[in-house]
Amino acid sequence: MANRTIIPFGPQHPVLPEPIHLDLVCEDEKVIEAIPSIGFIHRGLERLVEKKDFQEFVFVAERICGICSFIHGQAYCQGVEEIMQLPVPPRAHYLRTIWGELSRIHSHLLWLGLMADGFGFESLFMHSWRVRERVLDIIEATTGGRVIFGTCKVGGVRRDIDAATMKEILVKLADIERETREIVQVFVNDGTVKHRLCGVGVLSRDEAYALGCVGPTLRASGWKSDTRKLGYAAFKDLTFEPITRTDGDCYARTAVRCDEIFQSFDLIRQAAGKMPEGEIAVKVTGNPTGEFFSRVEQPRGEVVYYIKANGTKNLQRFRVRTPTFANVAGLVKTLQGCDLADVPILILTIDPCISCTER
Amino acid sequence: MIEEQPTIPIDADRLVAEVQALRNEGWRLVQIGATSLGDRFELNYSFDRELRFRNLRLQIASADARLPSVSGVYFCAFLYENELHDLFGIQFDGLVLDFKGSFYRTATPFPFAAAPATATPAKPTA
Repeated sequence: MANRTIIPFGPQHPVLPEPIHLDLVCEDEKVIEAIPSIGFIHRGLERLVEKKDFQEFVFVAERICGICSFIHGQAYCQGVEEIMQLPVPPRAHYLRTIWGELSRIHSHLLWLGLMADGFGFESLFMHSWRVRERVLDIIEATTGGRVIFGTCKVGGVRRDIDAATMKEILVKLADIERETREIVQVFVNDGTVKHRLCGVGVLSRDEAYALGCVGPTLRASGWKSDTRKLGYAAFKDLTFEPITRTDGDCYARTAVRCDEIFQSFDLIRQAAGKMPEGEIAVKVTGNPTGEFFSRVEQPRGEVVYYIKANGTKNLQRFRVRTPTFANVAGLVKTLQGCDLADVPILILTIDPCISCTER
Repeated sequence: MIEEQPTIPIDADRLVAEVQALRNEGWRLVQIGATSLGDRFELNYSFDRELRFRNLRLQIASADARLPSVSGVYFCAFLYENELHDLFGIQFDGLVLDFKGSFYRTATPFPFAAAPATATPAKPTA
């Protein structure tokens, strides 16, 4: 038997954008076991509901993550609105859908860049982030922020997008989509990229499900599971099917995210074409009483917001289960038996967002 | 209502059997979470199957809180159970991967164990 060595990996490491620590138990260059630990930046935001009232807490919810911030705010507002049975205007649902899908595009492009950087394709990293900047420009033009939008509120949204601006956005998105296709074809067709990703870190269909994986990590193993199919916001009016692959490897997870970018372009076009006129928010009176598990599809997968309210202005309990937290068990599984050199790629393919997880 | 969310109350001694039954029926473990109610903890075990949601709920005394682990049924439960230990101080018997309090590095032990301060009723909004 080869000597066993424990290699500490993280919490700060060149390939890790955020702090997670793994103890990698290795025999030569083969990882036998990986033991994760987090908590380096745990912020205890869930208890802030004791200080902030339920309407202003959306600003905290948005700051749980710096990438999918808008969808965090949306999930929170949706939960409170369900408890209070608020009649959120249809136009607000459409605007949330558009901003949410813009978030997905910029998040996936960010991830593609990190992935390219992870396997040593620097120019691909730069192109991915160059295109992402153009998406952020649209977000800034419509919300005033680049990653923290601040547009979602309990009862609707704070800003509207007029018809002329929407028309300009669709023109810009068509151009961004064209540029994205040029980048994506490298990720899915380039021989060196495929050599690096195909057959690496396989999560079987049964394993991915039993380990509680969500989002692209689950769909890449063959599960047609996408929380957007619940029909929240405007998704009940839009046509789409969850994107899946069956190989369950790093390439499959990459391919799912690549296709989801184009699905998001299409969903934005659909939403823009069907967006009704009308109000963008309703007045909120009183305090919530009740509980709800608000489930929304973030770029990394299903997020769950548990909100419990007792009729006061402060919530009784607020809990977030982030997609990265759900995917850690799958990560641990894929690391068992992998080559040491593949560890960065395997960590990156769950698209870890430790900031969310350390809410 | 976006979706129905049935909540099924169970006793702690039936927990593992109930969770095993759901596993056998093909449910995915979505989350395990707790709420501090002062002298009790309320725990929610949430599951999904083809976008249908189901929730098992139980309450235990917060003093010397202890539950059987379901990580033998769903391996991924080790994440939630270590989290519940570190934030609420709940002990889980039979955890397959027990971090013994070092999963989260909280500055104070069991910071979520105490119930939230009593929230004051809001003034009616105009």
